[in-house]
Amino acid sequence: MGLFQQLTEKPWLPSPLPLADARAIRLPAARLGLRVFCGVVTVLFFLLLVAYAERMAFEEWRPSAQPWLMWLNTALLLTASAGMQWAVTGVREERIEAVRTGLAGGGLFAVAFLAGQLVAWRQLALMTPFDITNASIAFFYLITALHGLHLLGGLVALGWTATRLQGDPPPAGLRLNVELCAVYWHFLLVVWLVLFGLLFSGNDNLEILLALCGVR
Amino acid sequence: MVERSLGPADIVPPFEVEDVELYHPKSWLTKYVFSQDAKIIAIQYSLTALAIGLVALVLSWLVRLQLGFPDYFTFIDATLYYQFITMHGMIMVIYLLTALFLGGFGNYLIPLMIGARDMVFPYVNMLSYWIYLLAVLVLAASFFTPGGPTGAGWTLYPPQAILAGTPGQESGIVLMLVSLILFIIGFTMGGLNYVVTVLQARARGMTLMRMPLTIWGIFTATVMALLAFPALFVGAVMMLFDKTLGTSFFMPAIVQGGEVMAYGGGSPILFQHLFWFFGHPEVYIVALPAFGIVSDLISTHARRNIFGYRMMVWAIVFIGALSFVVWAHHMYVSGMNPSFGFFFAVTTLIIAVPTAIKVYNWVLTLWRGDIHLTTPMLFALGFIVTFVSGGLTGLFLGNAVVDVPLSDTMFVVAHFHMVMGVAPILVIFGAIYHWYPKMTGRMLGETMGKVHFWTTFLGTYAIFFPMHYLGLLGVPRRYHELGVTSFIPDSAHTLNAFISIAAFIVGAAQILFLFNLVWSWFRGRPAGGNPWRATTLEWQTPETPPAHGNWGKELPVVYRWAYDYSVPGAKLDFVPQNQPTLSGG
Ligand code: HEM
Ligand SMILES: [Cu+2]
Repeated sequence: MGLFQQLTEKPWLPSPLPLADARAIRLPAARLGLRVFCGVVTVLFFLLLVAYAERMAFEEWRPSAQPWLMWLNTALLLTASAGMQWAVTGVREERIEAVRTGLAGGGLFAVAFLAGQLVAWRQLALMTPFDITNASIAFFYLITALHGLHLLGGLVALGWTATRLQGDPPPAGLRLNVELCAVYWHFLLVVWLVLFGLLFSGNDNLEILLALCGVR
Repeated sequence: MVERSLGPADIVPPFEVEDVELYHPKSWLTKYVFSQDAKIIAIQYSLTALAIGLVALVLSWLVRLQLGFPDYFTFIDATLYYQFITMHGMIMVIYLLTALFLGGFGNYLIPLMIGARDMVFPYVNMLSYWIYLLAVLVLAASFFTPGGPTGAGWTLYPPQAILAGTPGQESGIVLMLVSLILFIIGFTMGGLNYVVTVLQARARGMTLMRMPLTIWGIFTATVMALLAFPALFVGAVMMLFDKTLGTSFFMPAIVQGGEVMAYGGGSPILFQHLFWFFGHPEVYIVALPAFGIVSDLISTHARRNIFGYRMMVWAIVFIGALSFVVWAHHMYVSGMNPSFGFFFAVTTLIIAVPTAIKVYNWVLTLWRGDIHLTTPMLFALGFIVTFVSGGLTGLFLGNAVVDVPLSDTMFVVAHFHMVMGVAPILVIFGAIYHWYPKMTGRMLGETMGKVHFWTTFLGTYAIFFPMHYLGLLGVPRRYHELGVTSFIPDSAHTLNAFISIAAFIVGAAQILFLFNLVWSWFRGRPAGGNPWRATTLEWQTPETPPAHGNWGKELPVVYRWAYDYSVPGAKLDFVPQNQPTLSGG
């Protein structure tokens, strides 16, 4: 039954049979939970983007150079996602070795991404002139830090999933665990691609976007 | 309305809901302290919220001491005064009301009312409480740091919030921001649980439109909170950066004491947008659960089905959605573009429509009802009256032209206390009187309850009604001392003293309530499973208070909506949701 139909039901009329399956949305709870969480995180980064745009459009704006390393980091994150996808195919086809390699790849490349981000932080800090009151620099640190923290949280979940690989045969929920980790990885990748594309690729794409909208 | 009688074939076996794998506590510690049972977590949330709320109440006394008798209490200097109002406001709104409605009532009622065994992620639910407790402790710690808690006003507007001259700028403000960040993280964990549980874990037959309005209110409020809190989170993190790392997200170039500070280029208005993008929905995050609970209290205690159930549900959802596009009515005086002001005034006034529908429907539910003036009912009625008078002044303030002269006067203080201070608090009391028997197996003392109601209800009117008048006179808000001001007559000072005395009496009445809570726990009249003869599932549990897992072996099956009161032809004047036929059985 569609959501609209569910919301226009007249509950006071007699309807003796318990109406079908009560669930409004057919998904395992954990999957729905993750989607809701991704929704919340999307709002978070969207608001940061809006704040960035607001500063860019209405206050004095001093663009800063972006470390070229960001391109490499983006590639690392892409590879991490690919690794997770590898694990998902593996778990679907019950090839436990592929799951191992996939998860290890997803984890290691994610760690490499985070390390790369730290190096980029350092690079930016050594650039002259470095001025923390410059919003474009401050936003860089703020946004990459928040994104990195989310990935770090994902690594905890990944580590927990990895501990479940020991059992033979692998435990029942393993497939869901691996799939959810992959969803989260892909989600953070998409978030990163948007942030990177608009803000950190060294091309001021956000400015172009704002100009197109006539705000700047 | 005639109900077709049901044959045995219509009675269906319970639906195989995938069981939540409940963690069964093994020791006293995991049963009562690190519990994963939503009911215990609910009680932990509620007690913590009430405890810190008591601090906020005492702070309001101190504020009133100063306002009522400015010459007597010299220990309350301007610094302390600002710290008091700030902490009072912040605690009341976030750490008391939000935590109590969602963490307290949400946790207790959602699984029980929808026929689930527990929340879907019990472990995360437990973490949510402990992070909330940590947030409260960090907040409380700010009373003891050098410089004391922040006195920036509960709105924490930069740049003043982090500059010298504002009390608590040394470390109080940092602790406040950290505490808010923790609160939001903890809340998000709980909120995910409430949303997914409502969507996924309902018992067989509990369709969306058979859910009690309480659940609709809590559910919608949770969704809103999940979308609105990120704005406060972003604002808090950015201000924390400004304060500790010297960034300038919100800080413009500033000269302080003749010296140019390192800040520059930031936008204080940006913070206001972020704050109110959270702040206005916050009003409804508190109000929607109250709306839902009141609907159920009225229906149960007037023995009548709720009038216009579908409209009530749609109104809740519509109000929730609209409240995301009205935030800038808090910023009419920030120098915004007049056409924005027009836009926000219009959206603000539109919200009045679904809200008014709800009020009409409550009144129509009462019309010709068999009204039992029990304590929960009294509080529900008190809510309607208070909410209407607070809502009406909201219509005044929603208009930009009227708001500009009234902004930052006691009129605003009167308005928001009626509508989001007193009204939800009355619902909380009503709800506690209503559900306490389920939580403890004993009734709360009725006589004490009635004394509590009348002093609180009449007393809060005595406090906040005259404040409208003070506001119209032009008495400003957030002023430590009025001094000699030509436009403020002497009578205003007398009125202030009166208000303060009323505030002390109301505060004292709450001690009676706390006493009632404790006393009834041991001495209250045994309640039985369903003392109010109510239809909703939580009253149909095999045990009272419900055991871990809520239901015995089998989950309940739901055959009807939550409002079958006084159905013609039924044996009793209520038909529980899990009862297949009108005649029982
Ligand atoms: C007996 C109950 C209460 C009394 C006597 C009381 C009294 C006061 C007073 C005197 C002020 C300061 C006004 C000013 O000069 O600016 C104030 C501020 C405030 N109160 Fe209450 N209050 C009570 C309950 C509540 C509740 C239940 C809420 C929950 C929403 C609340 C929320 C606030 C807020 C948000 C502020 C603004 C703080 C600020 O200006 O930063 N109060 N209250
Ligand atoms: Cu508002």
